[in-house]
Amino acid sequence: MTDYTFLDALREQLARPENQSPHNRFLGIEVVHLEHARAVLRVPYAARLAGNATNGVLHGGVITTVIDSAGGWSVIAALGRRINIATLDLRIDYLKPATPGMAVTAAAHCYKVTRNVCFVRALAYHADRDDPIANCAASFMIKDTTLVQEEATQA
Amino acid sequence: MSIIDALRAARQSRDYRGLGEAMPYIDALGITVTESPQGMLLTLAASSIHVGNPFTQALHGGFIGAFLETAAIVQLILEQDSDSLPKPINITVDYLRGGRVADTRAAARVTKLGRRVANVHASCWQDDPERPIATLSGHFLMS
Repeated sequence: MTDYTFLDALREQLARPENQSPHNRFLGIEVVHLEHARAVLRVPYAARLAGNATNGVLHGGVITTVIDSAGGWSVIAALGRRINIATLDLRIDYLKPATPGMAVTAAAHCYKVTRNVCFVRALAYHADRDDPIANCAASFMIKDTTLVQEEATQA
Repeated sequence: MSIIDALRAARQSRDYRGLGEAMPYIDALGITVTESPQGMLLTLAASSIHVGNPFTQALHGGFIGAFLETAAIVQLILEQDSDSLPKPINITVDYLRGGRVADTRAAARVTKLGRRVANVHASCWQDDPERPIATLSGHFLMS
């Protein structure tokens, strides 16, 4: 199975909201772009998800969640197989508050894959990647390598 | 009620149910805030809406980070008599164990409360506080 057909199938699958994880559905997160080792996700603005009622700025945790999800899908897109992964750690710098009313996009790049751990960089922004809201470095654990082989033989 | 009134009322009455007025995210996610002898305790009732991996039914890692960040902010609200909310500068989250769909708790400890910046450590667990599922360390801007 080449990356191309795997990513095509994954794109089609993730285009349907019912295939998103329950928490991503709750936040309204959608996958807007997938390519090899890269994923771009978007979370719409919602006043109920504000961290501060006075200014309506989204809670930092919403940014963390969309970044973590983008990171996870960039890892799957890099591995070319939908295996079981888990976030090992992530560090986020909040560079500026998100503008109330605007959706937040998270773009993640899985820049290194090893046997057990995958390394990711990610940015969150509104429209302009050069004016980011948050910067992230994260690592993900490949949890079950036997599952990788089982899925590979099935494919 | 303004955010200032909500924070003051919560501190005075030691009843933190109104904190959601200041931080809507707390109510939207179903987080309950109470005070314990060790500090603020955040509780999240078991709910499948926080699942990030439908195959393993594990809680969403990003959401666990969000829960820890909320615990840090709420602890800072308790310790600092300020009319504004602390703003996160950066956070580091370490994931130690997978989170299941179960009651989840978080608490935070302020390591250093400076005039402008606070350093906070937070921990999140399900059954045993000694076996955290994730920890956070972060810097917050106190304005």
